[in-house]
Amino acid sequence: MTEARFMEGLVQEEGLIFERSREGKRAFSLPEPDVPVRGLSEIVPGDLLREEIEDFPEVSEVDVVRHFTRLSTWNYGIDTGYYPLGSCTMKYNPKVNEDMSRLPGFAHSHPYQGDELSQGALRVMFELAEFLAEIGGMAKVSLAPAAGAHGELTGTAIIRAFHAKNGNPRSKIIVPDSAHGTNPASTSRCGYEPIEIRSNEHGCADAHAVAALMTDDVAGIMLTNPNTLGIFEENLREIAEIVHAKGGLVYCDGANLNAVMGIARFGDMGVDVMHFNLHKTFSTPHGGGGPGCGPVGVVEKLAPFLPLPTIERDPDGFHLNYNLPDSIGQIISFYGNFGVMVKAYSWIRSLGPEGIKAVTENAVINANYIRQRLKKHYHLPYDRLCKHECVFSDAKQLPNGVNTMDIAKRLIDYGMHPPTNYFPLIVHDAIMVEPTESEDKASIDRFIDAMIAIANEAQTTPDLVKSAPHKTKLSRLDEVQAARRPVLRWKPGE
Amino acid sequence: MIPEHLRYVSTHEWLDPKTGKVGITDPAQEQLGDMVFVEFPEVGSEFAKGERFGSVESVKSVSDCYLPVSGKVVAINEDLLEAPEILNQDPYEKGWLIKIEIKNPAEIDELMSAADYDKFVKEEAGEH
Amino acid sequence: MRRYIPNTDADREAMVREIGVKDVGELFADIPVESRLNRRLNLPEAVSEPELISLMKELSASCASAEQYSYFLGAGCYNHYIPGIIDHILTRSEFYTAYTPYQPEISQGTLQAMFEFQTLVCQLTGMEAANSSMYDCGTALAEAAIMATRVLRKRATVVVSSSVHPEYRAILKAYLGRLGLKVKEFGFNESGRADVASFEDSLDDDVAAVIVQSPNFFGVIEDLAELSDATSSVGALLIDVVSDPISLGILKPPGELGADIVVGQGQSLGIPMSFGGPHLGLFACREKFVRQMPGRLAGRTADHNGRPGFVMTLATREQHIRRGRATSNICTNHQLMALAAAVYMTTMGKAGMRDVAELNLLKTDYAKNRLLDMGAQLVFSGPVFNEFVVKTARPVKAVNESLREQGIIGGLGLDRFYEQFDDRTMLACCTEGVSRDAIDIFCEEVTRR
Repeated sequence: MTEARFMEGLVQEEGLIFERSREGKRAFSLPEPDVPVRGLSEIVPGDLLREEIEDFPEVSEVDVVRHFTRLSTWNYGIDTGYYPLGSCTMKYNPKVNEDMSRLPGFAHSHPYQGDELSQGALRVMFELAEFLAEIGGMAKVSLAPAAGAHGELTGTAIIRAFHAKNGNPRSKIIVPDSAHGTNPASTSRCGYEPIEIRSNEHGCADAHAVAALMTDDVAGIMLTNPNTLGIFEENLREIAEIVHAKGGLVYCDGANLNAVMGIARFGDMGVDVMHFNLHKTFSTPHGGGGPGCGPVGVVEKLAPFLPLPTIERDPDGFHLNYNLPDSIGQIISFYGNFGVMVKAYSWIRSLGPEGIKAVTENAVINANYIRQRLKKHYHLPYDRLCKHECVFSDAKQLPNGVNTMDIAKRLIDYGMHPPTNYFPLIVHDAIMVEPTESEDKASIDRFIDAMIAIANEAQTTPDLVKSAPHKTKLSRLDEVQAARRPVLRWKPGE
Repeated sequence: MIPEHLRYVSTHEWLDPKTGKVGITDPAQEQLGDMVFVEFPEVGSEFAKGERFGSVESVKSVSDCYLPVSGKVVAINEDLLEAPEILNQDPYEKGWLIKIEIKNPAEIDELMSAADYDKFVKEEAGEH
Repeated sequence: MRRYIPNTDADREAMVREIGVKDVGELFADIPVESRLNRRLNLPEAVSEPELISLMKELSASCASAEQYSYFLGAGCYNHYIPGIIDHILTRSEFYTAYTPYQPEISQGTLQAMFEFQTLVCQLTGMEAANSSMYDCGTALAEAAIMATRVLRKRATVVVSSSVHPEYRAILKAYLGRLGLKVKEFGFNESGRADVASFEDSLDDDVAAVIVQSPNFFGVIEDLAELSDATSSVGALLIDVVSDPISLGILKPPGELGADIVVGQGQSLGIPMSFGGPHLGLFACREKFVRQMPGRLAGRTADHNGRPGFVMTLATREQHIRRGRATSNICTNHQLMALAAAVYMTTMGKAGMRDVAELNLLKTDYAKNRLLDMGAQLVFSGPVFNEFVVKTARPVKAVNESLREQGIIGGLGLDRFYEQFDDRTMLACCTEGVSRDAIDIFCEEVTRR
């Protein structure tokens, strides 16, 4: 295994755009006014007007294009290479879906132009919600949430509204220690106190522990399945029965849906509320951190509480429905991230039922293959069948002074994006690998070879690993300095 | 070395019974890593023994700070606002967090001595 | 489907063998039998790429779009011109196929763009600190209100003008209600501005924030300086909502007028209307509140060799560290939209922002004067930017139907959101995207009996 070579290419230097600014430069082009021109202060009182936007850049079109193109070359995307970021499902983002979202009736339509002028867009939303309901085994789906965390907030608000309608919103929600940080944060945002349960020795939520905590004051439980160790929560049904017996509801974080689509459905396991991540499972791009889309699915009895508006179909066509008296209300302007929905819709139509199942199977094969081949070289705290991802740690490398961070950074030198580090918290110094279905065996073998090479380096040349990355534009950055004396914007002369 | 003249609690804060100064211990700052920010209470606010009065932050963690004895905040260490790294460099002297007016001196007797705290830290390390 | 799943049958066989199971099915043995789906998913069969394209084109064609129509419809979503270079930058896949920049050494592109975006938002709004964006303006407003109750810990009420976008207010109420925080509303006067007298009555020492929008939902520019004085007299924070930031090309920035937090709908900055999303939430505040601010922040630092670079910073505010006690549950921003806005602001620059704002103002001024000349009644007397409220001679619905036949999407009937307005009250918007000819037709139909 030789190190990747592409990082040895030319790296362009590029300062801040503000440093390119020269008075008199222009990058824009606007028509002359076709209406009478009057002085601004004749139209708006002078004390409401500003002189100019101080320090705003003045650059040419070539400047803008070069600047941002150069910036892009310092990034690493799925299109650049392998991206096994655990729990993020970094799968290939099909290009045709990007084109579909840019069709004029989708990209350049106004949300208030009326149902009759928006039938195609409403149909995409209506059918996508139906597809997701079928995939998750849910009765009804709202597409409004803009991200996974927003979906959690929405789902938890639905749980709260349901309990409140029955007389008592309750005050706590059970969250396993393996949960994403957004889970307890989202429950807090709905006025609930998250209470943590520890995972058992198999890495799963423990039914006895749930039974011990489950009281009339607990609104429900929030689980991720498969959990953040990539392990299927085999007690989910039993846990659901315990929670339901006390009148509670079961929330399933669908972050890891890529592990079970077409094989099993949360709705068939006793889950009452779940969210989907279109930007993970359904191939829409992450965009360097959004926009995403986190639809929420619910069972029949919770459908009246879904956010506004819902999309309904009647003989005249599709329409937006704001008449839901028990709804939790509106959670985002308009209808959510419609452009993202178009991409996910296109993906599901391209794959069909067989394709969706094949996605799951290949994602799970790829993850188990990595688990099997790397466990000799890296500590595997839960050595059992995994689903879409597997979690290692640095325990074998630590005696040589090489930790998870070092391994991650060294992988960059091999031309790959590092796995997720230090998460889940229940594994000390976790290395969380999620290959997804969009890699083939050859690509995964290259990753495995790189990881083995790094394990060897950790023994023979640990300093090489500890000082990685060596081939990037910058070496490791000083995060302490950034947090101690935050510099959050450019100022002239700095 | 754990200073003899201070008293300690299991949440890793120290109290100077003479001056009323409160800080976090050397093992605590060691565990937390490079400090980047201190969240202070308002001067004049009162807290019960064991109550949270603020927090210290490193890049990737936040640690709450609890008052060893009941008291009223009379001063905060403003140097830490500019240079939180002092907490790492000198946790027992220049890195004090707040100064309190001790409400009930009897509570001081319930605190750990340097020797007790030393033993406690070693036991805690053994557990992990 | 094969095109997205590259393993060959031979690959799969080899891998299954290496794993040590007899077939793929065995990899799912841990899923209890009674939890398995023993049938095919009931979804439409797969389509090829050409089939997908014709299907989607057909659906798209059934929707009105700015390619065919002139839009006099604004109300929080605006048809502004989008410079051609923006999409060329956005489709650099190093940007759009990247994750959150958790590995700064290979994410400097995203991080520097975040830093530049934060700077541009500060310059535009006149504020001292901005985050790298929120989902949209409505959720940004809710987060801002919650933030105000963190800054002023003992206060639990926010008061909001009813001239703030009705959807933003709905989101605000839903978010705050779940936390037990109170939202009170105050009205507007005949100029269309927030009624300072009525809102001063609602001020007390439980009020953490006063929320106004400028230009407000009716298009009227608020007197922020006056509102700021009243707000600070009870020690509360002033939150200003900017629903069309193009207005800041000519209007005095809220930061100069005493706003403590500014949130905005960034869609106008180079982002397509996209049937309502994805858009962009702007969020800026005074520097002293930064540690209470939600959302991601990029900060400048240096690498181990002293070369300047950027990282995400002040992460201890966020959910992955503070979990249940984070400043927000928000885990992402709208980075690609923020990038679009950064490219837009850079492309327009100092002169372009002013020119495009002026075009909006001039066209709106022309439309207003023309309507007045034709005997129409304008509902509010206050100064406006690119939106205004007009009484239509026929019901708004009928006016809009006539307009549609002439290639125009008319304005919004305000009875949809306000009980006090009848079905002949229209909120209309003139961006640089409407021509004088279109305005003339528009005015004709609004006044025609």
